Amino acid sequence: MTDVVLSTERLFKSFGALMATNDVSLDLRKGEIHALIGPNGAGKSTLIQQITGHLASDSGAVRLMGEDLTEVGPAERACKGLGRTFQISSLAMEHTVLQNAVLGALGQRGNVMSFFKPVMKDTQLLAAAKEALAQVGLAEFAATRTADLSHGQRRQLEVAVALTLRPKVFLMDEPMAGLGLEGAQQMIGLLTDLRREAPILLIEHDMDAVFALADRISVLVYGEVIATGTPEEIKVNPEIRRAYLGDEVLT
Amino acid sequence: MNVTALAVLLGVPLWALAADEPFIITLATRAAIFALAGVGLNLALGTGGLVSLGHAAFFGIGGYAMGILASHAQAFAPIMEAPFLIEGTKSMPMIWLVAMLSSALAALAIGALSLRTSGVYFIMITLAFGQMIYYFAISWPAYGGEDGLSIYVRNEFPGLNTLVPMQFFGVCFVILCLALLLMNAIHKSAFGLALSAARQNETRVLSVGMKPYNLRLVAFVISGAVTGLAGALFADLNRFVSPTMLSWQMSGEIIIFIIIGGVGRLFGPVIGAMIFILLEHTLGGLSEFWHVYLGALLLGIVLFAKGGVIGALAGREKAHD
Repeated sequence: MTDVVLSTERLFKSFGALMATNDVSLDLRKGEIHALIGPNGAGKSTLIQQITGHLASDSGAVRLMGEDLTEVGPAERACKGLGRTFQISSLAMEHTVLQNAVLGALGQRGNVMSFFKPVMKDTQLLAAAKEALAQVGLAEFAATRTADLSHGQRRQLEVAVALTLRPKVFLMDEPMAGLGLEGAQQMIGLLTDLRREAPILLIEHDMDAVFALADRISVLVYGEVIATGTPEEIKVNPEIRRAYLGDEVLT
Repeated sequence: MNVTALAVLLGVPLWALAADEPFIITLATRAAIFALAGVGLNLALGTGGLVSLGHAAFFGIGGYAMGILASHAQAFAPIMEAPFLIEGTKSMPMIWLVAMLSSALAALAIGALSLRTSGVYFIMITLAFGQMIYYFAISWPAYGGEDGLSIYVRNEFPGLNTLVPMQFFGVCFVILCLALLLMNAIHKSAFGLALSAARQNETRVLSVGMKPYNLRLVAFVISGAVTGLAGALFADLNRFVSPTMLSWQMSGEIIIFIIIGGVGRLFGPVIGAMIFILLEHTLGGLSEFWHVYLGALLLGIVLFAKGGVIGALAGREKAHD
């Protein structure tokens, strides 16, 4: 398939006797949102960390646009186009919203060893940062200290920082976590548009969001992918019903 | 506030000059040099979040760079003849250059190993490296060992008579101002933004494609070089260098300047060093045990004013300059 952007090939990872990732092969295609669902402890976050390079895999490969990333560290993987948001917001809290976005734009540019030019006066970086903030709806909070943002706004900022990286794929670890109904709706709207920039591998517990957004869904149970398919296929799969989904969501 | 601090630091010796109190000028020079050492450490500790308990190593290496170069020059004995000739020198700019290069090199080596750890382990390993160099200096008889090394005449700066206290103060004051300008630029630069982000959240920096280790190592080297320069000036002020400059108490004192003034504040170490010298001079005259009062002040700051003197005066809204 030529439109595969990111793929994992037979990934394994165990912690002692616990198989956290068991023979996982997934792919993420151009323009799609591929949701990864599964009960708590199924190994979703472990898998994301293997893809981003924060955890070394026991075996298997991660490929981005066909390039093997297995020997590449997390910082380089980000440079090569993995844009990530975190389950628990991971931002520079003392910095302003704009500074966080500029940091992302700086990462995208690649040259951080500049000591004399004021970075917050760099028009190129500022333009990229402000564009990303506008896209997620945080433009008016540019001068706010990140620590003073609401939880939902921090999630939006996470997405904005990932956007400034101009990534080839987005890896999003529970972007809806802790958002209220309104916040979740807003995030769904944002992600719907985002897939046109780059495909999204989405980990999410909010089933309404998953079925509203996903083009394909993979179900992870005990580190193993037990099914991959369209939302319709997943809804009617009896095995998944038993393993994971409550009847409530499906009706 | 910042301008006030510099004005006081400049004003006191000017007044002392008029009142013919050369000792006060020497005190102000000490304050300026300590401030410079603190400004160096503040890049690593304040901006980078690297609590180095080994910065006396760089302070002392700067001091010994001066001592070794000047002692060879006053004895007219070259430092080495083969494979090529290296002579001593009495020229301050040359000494400063050597002091900064050698302390930067030491910081590169120490940083490259220490920065693989973090937190308490980083504190302990920098302390261990500092102590290694301290004991090395004590046991190295060629340059005075435990007794240290005396230089008879202060080194020369073109166009100045550095033995005149006010002129030497001027040299130190200008260097301090230049270092502050440099740190201000770094703080606002791309590097400064990334370094301070790495202090706040390492994963964030990694996930935008930057390596915290590299950022910290560069910061540590710059930091060591500036503190090393302060060491060369300090040795020149006293015309004497001894292992005391390398001791861990010295590392602690440099940290104290920063804590008193305000961690991560550009002028924190300037104000901290001035208060330290003031206390040392006034309380030190009253009692040999003046450190008790210093300790009480530190406790008060750590408990009630975490932003140091600047933080307490500037208030919360200007949390970061």
